[in-house]
Amino acid sequence: MSSSTSKPSGPLLGLSSAVTQGESFDMQPPSEPTRRNWIIACGAVGAGAAAAVAVPLLGSMAPSEKARSAGAPVEVDIADIPAGGVKIVEWRGKPVWVVRRTPEMVQGLEALNGQLADPNSDRTDYPVPAYAKNVHRSIKPELLVTVGICTHLGCSPVSKFETGEPSGIAVDWPGGFFCPCHGSTFDIAGRVFANKPAPDNLEVPRHMYLSDSRIVIGQDEQGEA
Amino acid sequence: MAAEKMVQADGLLGWVDRRFPLISLYKTHLSEYYAPKNFNFFYFFGSLAMLVLVLQIVTGIFLTMHYKPDASLNSAGIPVAFASVEYIMREVPFGWLIRYMHSTGASAFFVVVYLHMFRGLIYGSYREPRELIWIFGCLIFLCLMAEAFFGYLLPWGQMSYWGAQVIVNLFAAVPFIGPDLAIWIRGDFVVGDATLNRFFAFHVIALPLVLLGLVAAHIIALHEVGSNNPDGVEIKTKKDSNGIPLDGIPFHPYYTVHDIVGFAGFGILFFAVVFFAPELGGYFLEFNNFVPADPLVTPSHIAPVWYFTPYYSMLRAATDVFMWVMVASAGLGALAFFRMSGNSLVKLAGVASMVVLAVLFRVFDAKFWGVVVMGGAVLVMFALPWLDKSPVKSIRQRPGWQKWLYGIFVVNFFVLGYLGVLPPTPAGTLISQIGTVYYFAFFALMPIWTSMGDYQPVPERVQFQPH
Repeated sequence: MSSSTSKPSGPLLGLSSAVTQGESFDMQPPSEPTRRNWIIACGAVGAGAAAAVAVPLLGSMAPSEKARSAGAPVEVDIADIPAGGVKIVEWRGKPVWVVRRTPEMVQGLEALNGQLADPNSDRTDYPVPAYAKNVHRSIKPELLVTVGICTHLGCSPVSKFETGEPSGIAVDWPGGFFCPCHGSTFDIAGRVFANKPAPDNLEVPRHMYLSDSRIVIGQDEQGEA
Repeated sequence: MAAEKMVQADGLLGWVDRRFPLISLYKTHLSEYYAPKNFNFFYFFGSLAMLVLVLQIVTGIFLTMHYKPDASLNSAGIPVAFASVEYIMREVPFGWLIRYMHSTGASAFFVVVYLHMFRGLIYGSYREPRELIWIFGCLIFLCLMAEAFFGYLLPWGQMSYWGAQVIVNLFAAVPFIGPDLAIWIRGDFVVGDATLNRFFAFHVIALPLVLLGLVAAHIIALHEVGSNNPDGVEIKTKKDSNGIPLDGIPFHPYYTVHDIVGFAGFGILFFAVVFFAPELGGYFLEFNNFVPADPLVTPSHIAPVWYFTPYYSMLRAATDVFMWVMVASAGLGALAFFRMSGNSLVKLAGVASMVVLAVLFRVFDAKFWGVVVMGGAVLVMFALPWLDKSPVKSIRQRPGWQKWLYGIFVVNFFVLGYLGVLPPTPAGTLISQIGTVYYFAFFALMPIWTSMGDYQPVPERVQFQPH
């Protein structure tokens, strides 16, 4: 079709097929160059309008004000957690574990460093508050506060505190958490073992002690998470 | 402009045909669409996929009359969405039947589509001039996966909830924008009511519309170039004096009747499942999904429904150690580009991109690459028409050893699928890593292995013995 036109520029935007077939028109499209400019301009405006409409539509999928305001800190009574016990509380729709570890559990942590992906919590994808950037990843050594969501794909790992063979994980299992979805394992401080699907240690949310028996999750001395 | 058309029909048909191309559409797509006469068993599955699509749309319409996409708890403390599904099952007249037809239909859709894709793979139905049919088909497959995934959240059981949690978190693995992207998809910081509502919208309106459009494009493209057949013979090259392919028979009545036989056979199997084993031992409806969603407790073992498990195995195969295998593969790729003859600019770009890829394999987390592997396993199929360099289309003319490659590919796919159902074990992970390598090597090395071996000549005419 373009071979029949004398101008080097070929037919554009499908217009020329209508123009070349119309009998009253000159066979060289476009008869007036400004017509083509109008088509380009209309197309551009149309695309701009479509993009403008897409902004509110796609924007409406972001969390609503209601969802945003649901993230208030929660207070937890920790007095009734026995040694070796876990209390699960909901914070921002996620499970948060409050674990009271035995002294033996805490003592064993240091020895595991060699088997862990990030023993000192240096990675920054889930920043660890300064007060928990230690081997037991907590303010007080015995009390672990951590978000019970695997950093791999968001399953909630299960507690496997018994050690060795009975845990069903491995004969040398030191006790910790096991993610049933993809097999990531974490030690009793929520630190991920090396060469597992999960890249990061379990998240430690901001938290602080209101008294010896009460903590608040989602808030610390520096403010809300 | 179209020539003035001659309408010979009179009466109502003539009245319609003067206003709508009814007769010409009927001829183009049915009575004068000539399909090869040697279709075998595997050619049932295209029309069966259409049947299941209609079944899903019709049963879906009736389910939406009773289902409520609402994650809030009712007075009994059960999520409203979960309770509404139980209401359909127990109190809506025939609700159980419609729901089981829909849930069994989802699995049946994938059974039929996998067999349809297998047919295309072995008979070379993706080869020129049918590349676009294949690409539309791959898009349909992607769309179907999304449709099934969105639909699976709606019953709001434990598997619904945690399955969605895992898949949405896949997007969080994307470097830089991932976490924000995941929040935007969920509409909340966790899977919740906002997520359920939008998944409902995608499942019942957005994706079905896209799916119907793609199916139309798939069929229009098919009817433009004509069907392939088990012999890979182009029937349009041998025509009689009327311009009708010698090996072609009109779709109607021959294949319409033929496909009704397929529908009947399918219906027997389908309703056997619907009536006697709608859960199919936990494969079609997972037992954990009869427990209402609990955001605080992940079930002790979660796995996707069977049709996603081959890809799920590949996701799980991407561990930190496996990334070294990926680095090595990228290295081999760089070497292949380096030794390639031809344009030195292409060569340089190929080598450079492979080296960059090898570096990125170590820079980003294995978690992200697991997602890429899973997505890539589907996307690699789009390239199939250009990866296959063999001089023939059909497996019937391929060398015997290539048939083994196809056979292993199928077995491998089943093994990956089976491992994806099981809880992760070290041995299982190793096997799925080997399987993942085979899956990708099958495609990546296809330009090489299809250039090798002795092919039999393509027959002049299709092989067909009338009964």
